[in-house]
Amino acid sequence: MCLSIPSKVVSIDQEKCTAIVDTLGVQREVGIDFIADEVKVGDFVLIHIGYAMNIIDEEYAKESIALYQEIIEKMEEAEKKQLINESDNCPGDGSGT
Amino acid sequence: MAVELKDFYEKFRDPKTIKALSKAINQEAQKLDHPINIMEVCGGHTHTIMKYGLLQLLPKNIRFIHGPGCPVCIMPKERIDHAYILAMQEDVILCTLGDMIKVPGSRGSLQDARSKGADVRVVYSPLDVMKIAKENPTKKVIFFAIGFETTTPMTVALIENAMKQKISNILYHINHVTVPEVMRELIDSRDEHIDSYNNQIDAFLGPSHVSVITGSKIYEEFPTKYKRPVVVAGFEPVDVMEGVLMIIYQFLENRCEVEIQYKRSVNRNGNINAQKLIEKYFEKRELFKWRGLGNIPKSAWRLKDEYEHLDAEKLYELPKEEIEDHKLCICGDILRGMAKPTECQVFGTACTPQKPLGSCMVSSEGACAAYYKYGNLLQEVQ
Repeated sequence: MCLSIPSKVVSIDQEKCTAIVDTLGVQREVGIDFIADEVKVGDFVLIHIGYAMNIIDEEYAKESIALYQEIIEKMEEAEKKQLINESDNCPGDGSGT
Repeated sequence: MAVELKDFYEKFRDPKTIKALSKAINQEAQKLDHPINIMEVCGGHTHTIMKYGLLQLLPKNIRFIHGPGCPVCIMPKERIDHAYILAMQEDVILCTLGDMIKVPGSRGSLQDARSKGADVRVVYSPLDVMKIAKENPTKKVIFFAIGFETTTPMTVALIENAMKQKISNILYHINHVTVPEVMRELIDSRDEHIDSYNNQIDAFLGPSHVSVITGSKIYEEFPTKYKRPVVVAGFEPVDVMEGVLMIIYQFLENRCEVEIQYKRSVNRNGNINAQKLIEKYFEKRELFKWRGLGNIPKSAWRLKDEYEHLDAEKLYELPKEEIEDHKLCICGDILRGMAKPTECQVFGTACTPQKPLGSCMVSSEGACAAYYKYGNLLQEVQ
């Protein structure tokens, strides 16, 4: 089963090729064989069956979150306009959407 | 702002965002001149779609076809029989991941083997196999390795680390399969039957974690050769909805390409270290039989000949003949996206997660299990 919640790297043991990661407050040891050459403490990683698969790109994550915020704001703006529009038009005159 | 850990699950599951994306999808889909069937290849996506009730948020002309991306579901009975036979050997401890032990082969499941005295152990990670091997030096520990590209590197890391630590009592039965070959097979088999099926795949929602390892480059043939767009999406509901929207935009703008929605974890090249490690130990099989899909060329890995002393398939006498599936179970059609779980006459009656007849009901990533668990959300859709 794939877990998509990232974990934060707490400490690294290059000798053993493992790291301690924190997933929602639970700490565990994972293999870092595939990212050993670049992983740093504080990185976010995805864990799958006991191994870190990658280092998550925080910039892209931030970008996505900002984009969704924008979509919500746009939607709320549109809904507000629609409400004003609806209250301007008498119900039943066929002009409503 | 720094990204906090909670952002990753709160922001990508936010109902407001899901609703906003649903609205955008509904608006944009009105402009389409034909319905779009999107195959989500991966069982993790199927699970998200069902769990968050995303089907109800889509317009009628955007449909999901559930794909074969559940490693437990596609395992043919003969391979499960191999595991069963290996587990029943006198000096063997058989280790495998999660749901695999519940799937019935022709002799029973690994759970049944265990009740007959076999030493079968479910491991959370291949790392546990190493521990078991060290604790049981007089036993042969056989790792029945399953999974798509996501789990393949972890098996190879086990092989590498066991060698480094000179642990010589671990053997492997390799069943790792690959995504592009099955996607190709699904399109080809449909193209032959195009008149008899109205469920042509128009686009793919590419798997999340498979792509973390492989990169998005493995899908590049689909837009060019097959004219099917691929959007690699994350596992969270917001990711899936945005992925759908990106597919719709490709159709509206007459584009056909590989795009990545899941940019926070996926790039074009993937994890090169993991890919190199796989190529060191594994090579492609000529053919591998997938449950419900038959033999697919170059769709699975095996150990290279130079490591045959580690290969349980070569070291033990294991039957080679093919085995038919249960006649009433339509897992095969479900894995090909030709039928929905609710079209199966034993769904939820003779076949339940507690007592599964077919593999799609066993794994939590199987379409049947997802429909069974979250099926109450479907009434509005049907």
